[in-house]
Amino acid sequence: MIELANPTRFMALSKRLLPWLWAAAALVTIAGLVMAFRAPADYQQGRTVLIMYIHVPAAWLAMMCYTIIALSGLGTLVWRHPLADVSARAAAPIGAAFTFLALVTGSLWGKPMWGTWWVWDARLTSVLLLFLMYLGLIALWRAFDDPVRAARPAAILALVGFVNVPIIKFSVEWWNTLHQPASVFRLDGPTIDPAMLWPLLVMAVGYTLLFLALHTAAMRNEIMRRRVRAMRVRAAGGVLAPAE
Amino acid sequence: MSHYGFIFAAYAVTAIVLVGLIAWVVADGRTQKAALDELDRRGIRRRSDRAS
Repeated sequence: MIELANPTRFMALSKRLLPWLWAAAALVTIAGLVMAFRAPADYQQGRTVLIMYIHVPAAWLAMMCYTIIALSGLGTLVWRHPLADVSARAAAPIGAAFTFLALVTGSLWGKPMWGTWWVWDARLTSVLLLFLMYLGLIALWRAFDDPVRAARPAAILALVGFVNVPIIKFSVEWWNTLHQPASVFRLDGPTIDPAMLWPLLVMAVGYTLLFLALHTAAMRNEIMRRRVRAMRVRAAGGVLAPAE
Repeated sequence: MSHYGFIFAAYAVTAIVLVGLIAWVVADGRTQKAALDELDRRGIRRRSDRAS
């Protein structure tokens, strides 16, 4: 981790790591899809259960990505880590995309199973709120010309918004919702048949590897963008804001 | 009980969003790399590069 603390070292290490991450993400996701399409149909849902293999990992990634943004916010505010704000800013559009996928695939699963595209229950509403939080963070970063000045307010907003993540996780237990309760991460073990659980877990690993590849590539882009900006400002005789 | 239209739509949206996300990240990387190369051609370098 100490090696990665320097943006220059991060750029060198990530350049070597990135092709392996892309390849691993593609291989594991393809393996997960093959396993999913070979898994048995659900006794109630039939083949519609196929939507689970893309909906559930997207929902997990939506929450994981926001957790990474909140931890990065902590890194910005407490340790002033040079890569913390870069990490948060790079993760936000990716998290928004996974949250969007969780909402859309959930809606496409809900219509045939529940008979409705949408209900304002606690789980669905809190995930919609997560999506709006992502958009708010992206808007906040874009509102500042200087990314260094945007770092602290964005970190505070990200940390305040993190309260929504446990609400999403436990909403199905705290309130009466149309959404089913947790069936994988439970104290008494998963309630899904292993024939469906394994493809789901492999898909989740594939999505996680894809996120890591996207996040690493987006962090590299953000570092380059800041270098370009700093060099242009300096070339124009301007003065940069002091780094956090 | 199968609803192939819903399954197809869910997988299609997922594929479009994820491929679009990958394409956007790769294209952004190329844009930033091209901008750095252009500055380098003009002789504008980072202070740390000049120091080394």
